[in-house]
Amino acid sequence: MNPTADNEARLKPLMLAALAGDQRAYRALLAELRTHLVRYYARRLTNPAAADDLVQETLMAIHTRRLTYDVTQPFTAWLHAIARYKLIDHFRRSKLRQTLPLEDDAAIFAADDAGDATARMDVDTVLATLPDRPAALIRQVKLEGSSIAEAAGRAGMTETAAKVAIHRGLKALAARFTGGAR
Amino acid sequence: MSDDLLDRLAAEATPVPRARLPMLLGLAVAIGSAVAMLVMIAWLGLRPDLMEATGTMIFWWKFTYTAIFSAIALWATIRLARPGGSMRRPMVGLFALIAFAGVLGIAQLVIMPPGMSYELVMGGTALLCPFYIVGLAVPVYAATALMMRRLAPTNLAAAGFAAGLLAGSAAAWVYAFHCGENGMPFLAIWYTTGILIAAGIGAILGRWALRW
Repeated sequence: MNPTADNEARLKPLMLAALAGDQRAYRALLAELRTHLVRYYARRLTNPAAADDLVQETLMAIHTRRLTYDVTQPFTAWLHAIARYKLIDHFRRSKLRQTLPLEDDAAIFAADDAGDATARMDVDTVLATLPDRPAALIRQVKLEGSSIAEAAGRAGMTETAAKVAIHRGLKALAARFTGGAR
Repeated sequence: MSDDLLDRLAAEATPVPRARLPMLLGLAVAIGSAVAMLVMIAWLGLRPDLMEATGTMIFWWKFTYTAIFSAIALWATIRLARPGGSMRRPMVGLFALIAFAGVLGIAQLVIMPPGMSYELVMGGTALLCPFYIVGLAVPVYAATALMMRRLAPTNLAAAGFAAGLLAGSAAAWVYAFHCGENGMPFLAIWYTTGILIAAGIGAILGRWALRW
């Protein structure tokens, strides 16, 4: 169901064993990481040779810098931070000004789409409790990134009225979901 | 890619104690501070009245302020030496410490007669003090940066800032053995200024000094 959690549950014990000196666990971990890294860099680089170099370089970095893993933290987060650093460093070195996937925070592992979908459904449910017009405005401005002017135009109201409607709508939601505390 | 690499790396899977990273950074600071102390003694000299000074409150407050500052800065540096580390919590601690030093400084200004205010704030070395602290921070920063390059900072500017805070505060601790100033406001203003300048320079240098 959730590939990221699966990977964490499988890889972290291997890493902990490796840090305790278990060579077989470490060898198994490295083999898995290689598979993931190959996919990670292949997806982000057009040049296969460069992707290959990065996989190797990242595996070496994981090895020589494994003391920087804080065992109280998720292993996949540590791994992803290193893979991403190596990727950005590669772009910096090759001075490629191509679109750098800075906002691409997709994990090395398949993204957790299930979580996103659930969050979207939650938002829909919540917005459905509001009257249509404020709900549409909030959706356009806060979720889809429209400007207030655009959304107001579409709803056929003035900008000020739209701002007030959004503000009141959010306040009503906040009141409802904090048990009317505010 | 062959399996050779993986076999070779796996064969090197020696146990890694959890405290290895903090110990390495602590060692780097200790070495850097020892060098800074030697430089200070050769360049500026210990304060001649060091023996009598150890009987005063202000000497020990300088000692304690810079020591606690260094400890928190070391904590921040340890966090930022790890991939994806953040220094938010250590920064809260540093703000509290600086605010406390500021309150002590203001309290002293209020308690002492107004005629002494200038002396308490500016002393005789107000502008030299930050300059010396930054100078003494150089060996500490160098040692810390060399060690950090072997670790895995991913936010190089922030990591450089933390290393600069650490270098500056350790240098300020060393400098306190030379400095003959006696004002709490002096300490709060000029020591802190020196440390923050070192941190700013550290952040700028971090982008290339800490690359790995």
